Amino acid sequence: MLDLNSEQGSESKTQLNSPPSGESLTVEQAIANLSHEDLSLRYYAAWWLGKFRVREPAAIDALISALEDEADRTELGGYPLRRNAARALGKLGSSRCVPSLIRCLDCEDYYVREAAAQSLEMLGDRSAIPGLTKLLEGGVEGAVQVPGRPHLAQPYDAVLEALGNLQVTEAIPLVEPFLAHPVLRVQYAATRAMYQLTGENVYGARLVEALHGSDIQLRRVALTDLGAIGYIRAAEAIAQCPAENSFKLIALKGLLEHQLKTAPQPTLSDNAIRVMNLMDSLL
Amino acid sequence: MEKAKELISAVKQADDPESLVAAVNALAAERLEAGISTLIEVLKYNNPGAALAAVAGLIQMGESAVIPLIEHLDDYDYGARAYAIRALATIADPRALDVLLTAAATDFAPSVRRAAAKGLGNLRWNQLPAEQIPDAQGKAVQTLLQVSLHPDWDMRYAAIVGLQALATSETTPQTASSQIWEHFQQMSQDSDPAVAARVQLAVAVGNR
Repeated sequence: MLDLNSEQGSESKTQLNSPPSGESLTVEQAIANLSHEDLSLRYYAAWWLGKFRVREPAAIDALISALEDEADRTELGGYPLRRNAARALGKLGSSRCVPSLIRCLDCEDYYVREAAAQSLEMLGDRSAIPGLTKLLEGGVEGAVQVPGRPHLAQPYDAVLEALGNLQVTEAIPLVEPFLAHPVLRVQYAATRAMYQLTGENVYGARLVEALHGSDIQLRRVALTDLGAIGYIRAAEAIAQCPAENSFKLIALKGLLEHQLKTAPQPTLSDNAIRVMNLMDSLL
Repeated sequence: MEKAKELISAVKQADDPESLVAAVNALAAERLEAGISTLIEVLKYNNPGAALAAVAGLIQMGESAVIPLIEHLDDYDYGARAYAIRALATIADPRALDVLLTAAATDFAPSVRRAAAKGLGNLRWNQLPAEQIPDAQGKAVQTLLQVSLHPDWDMRYAAIVGLQALATSETTPQTASSQIWEHFQQMSQDSDPAVAARVQLAVAVGNR
């Protein structure tokens, strides 16, 4: 496993994804546990079903119900079970949950909205576009930190990334202003989306520049972004970026997969070989 | 000796990341045996720039760094261990075989296992007594075949890189290299496109 800890708010970090009982689950147990009276078992079961890609209809139904859970609340009013259920559903590839995930974009819990945006991106369902776009209303002026919380008003980076991945070209006027957002992570997400929406190298080049930033966390974000857009011109810069090899390997893997998708299969393209040679050097 | 002491104390007294990297580079450039243990110590400093400079210095020292690197492998700090294994993998002295076999098969840190898997492919087998080569390469092949079944793509990828080197090495017995090519046939449909592509590249290199 390549272990990538995305930086998250402290509230969401405190929860452990380990079985409270220390035992492993069966699919039937995990589904049953989603309505267990022990809330920690529900939380773990939701994570478990996503982790092990349990695509059975009964699991998906139970996770969809968990998106409306009222029992599991944090001191600050968050919905931990809903967060995990939303994250899990993104991994299960069923479009049946899309309407429920879209409703989660209105949830009062920031982390539920973030998880829903990320999962809707993964599911690639265009019916999510209006709901995602709505979160950018208010523009950059409205995109400020919530007092007393470690996050902005909306999960802008997740929304911007989703709009880019979903190829929502009509959202360009909404996305573009975020290139100037004061938070670099949000800037990068907008840059990444603009590259996907326009194909213009100027945006890829901006992310390459970000590989030289002074903050290791942000260099990792830029690596992830370049991998996600498969920006081939970044290959050597990625290999040389001062960051852990694990992050660089994942970014280069993104470039490689992009090459494999765009070039026909029987022979490997020069670019694919170039990326693999770099990956070999990072093992 | 005076010079070695000075350079070593400059490394130990460096108090910011940049001066540390500079001091490590200065020590490494002199290629002093007396500097080896300090260079190994730097791998634990949690400063990637300094660690890379130390790895480069240790690689330049070649064979004389092999035993110190093996004896000072850090059981607790997997970051330091990954750098040390990378140095051993690049020096490619077959005295590192057992360490690389264990690391590739059992280390809990993916970065260590990847480096070891690649290193197992590139050892300078000719430095072993001729009668020991088949057995040593056989162990490397069997370990890498195991690693190539790992659920994580990066482990399989690293195993392929090691296996490719073994399959194309002149000293590898025919039976072992045929076993590798057959295995690549099975892996060519790997569910991960990057792994499948790396198998395809290995086969293309083998056919050259």
